[in-house]
Amino acid sequence: MKARVHVTLKNGVLDPQGKAIGHSLNRLGFPEVGDVRQGKFIELELNETDKAKAKARLDEMCKKLLANTVIENYSIELI
Amino acid sequence: MKAAVLVFPGSNREGDVAQAIELVTGRRPTMVWHGDGDFEKVDLIVVPGGFSYGDYLRCGAMAAQSPVMAEVKKRAAKGVPVLGICNGFQIVTEAGLLPGTLMRNSHLKFVCSDVHLKVETSQSLFTNRYQAGQVIRVPVAHAEGNYFADADTMKRLEDRGQVAFRYCSPEGLVDGSGNPNGSSSNIAGVFNETKTVLGLMPHPENAVEPMFGGTDGKALFEGMVEALS
Repeated sequence: MKARVHVTLKNGVLDPQGKAIGHSLNRLGFPEVGDVRQGKFIELELNETDKAKAKARLDEMCKKLLANTVIENYSIELI
Repeated sequence: MKAAVLVFPGSNREGDVAQAIELVTGRRPTMVWHGDGDFEKVDLIVVPGGFSYGDYLRCGAMAAQSPVMAEVKKRAAKGVPVLGICNGFQIVTEAGLLPGTLMRNSHLKFVCSDVHLKVETSQSLFTNRYQAGQVIRVPVAHAEGNYFADADTMKRLEDRGQVAFRYCSPEGLVDGSGNPNGSSSNIAGVFNETKTVLGLMPHPENAVEPMFGGTDGKALFEGMVEALS
């Protein structure tokens, strides 16, 4: 089974990288771009067939390592 | 005072801090490799600066999960003092020994320069050789030193006097002018609740001899020797 984890900054946490990307896009002729938030995308191969079990384990992985829950949210997608 | 300095793949200030400790104690600290789950009994554990694990995922995230940090967490819980400098600060926050986190500098640039710090308290084993309110000059070198914690945590830090150092102007004014990275409330260093763990972004170990351009960092090491010997 494959899993996709998205890690994003929580609302209200300043994202200087996202801001810089937004400014660059504006300068490049994309004035329609407003707020930009940058995150991480992590794809994992799992040796597990039970979706519920996989989800629980991924939750643990996110809390332990993949995300810093002080500033980041995460979402898990199984495919 | 017997000290241990941790070494991760990508650490680069471990020699500097070992030398600073030797300068004030006359004794070379033990260097402990990240894979070692156990090491000799010491009075102080130092987590040095650098780029542990290449700063992959997040600064300090991988190092915080290493075998040596599991042991450090156990000893810190028993009250063994821990000092985290720069990447070491990032590692101890990721390990949950200190609140908050260090984010990318607000201006997105690596900053390498001397900064001024206001010492918030002399009531700790790390800062007893300073006066509260004293302004010291030490270098910083980082791209992720922008301290952040949620509003509740910030309030708790302030209420309990857990802020150790704040960036300030040469005159001691705590405002935007002296803040090199956008840190919340100009925070440069914080204690845990019992003030036995200190994390700071600046490098006191690089300000211990006149030829380094300053000696204001030396009192931190002398203070620890006094408290822990």
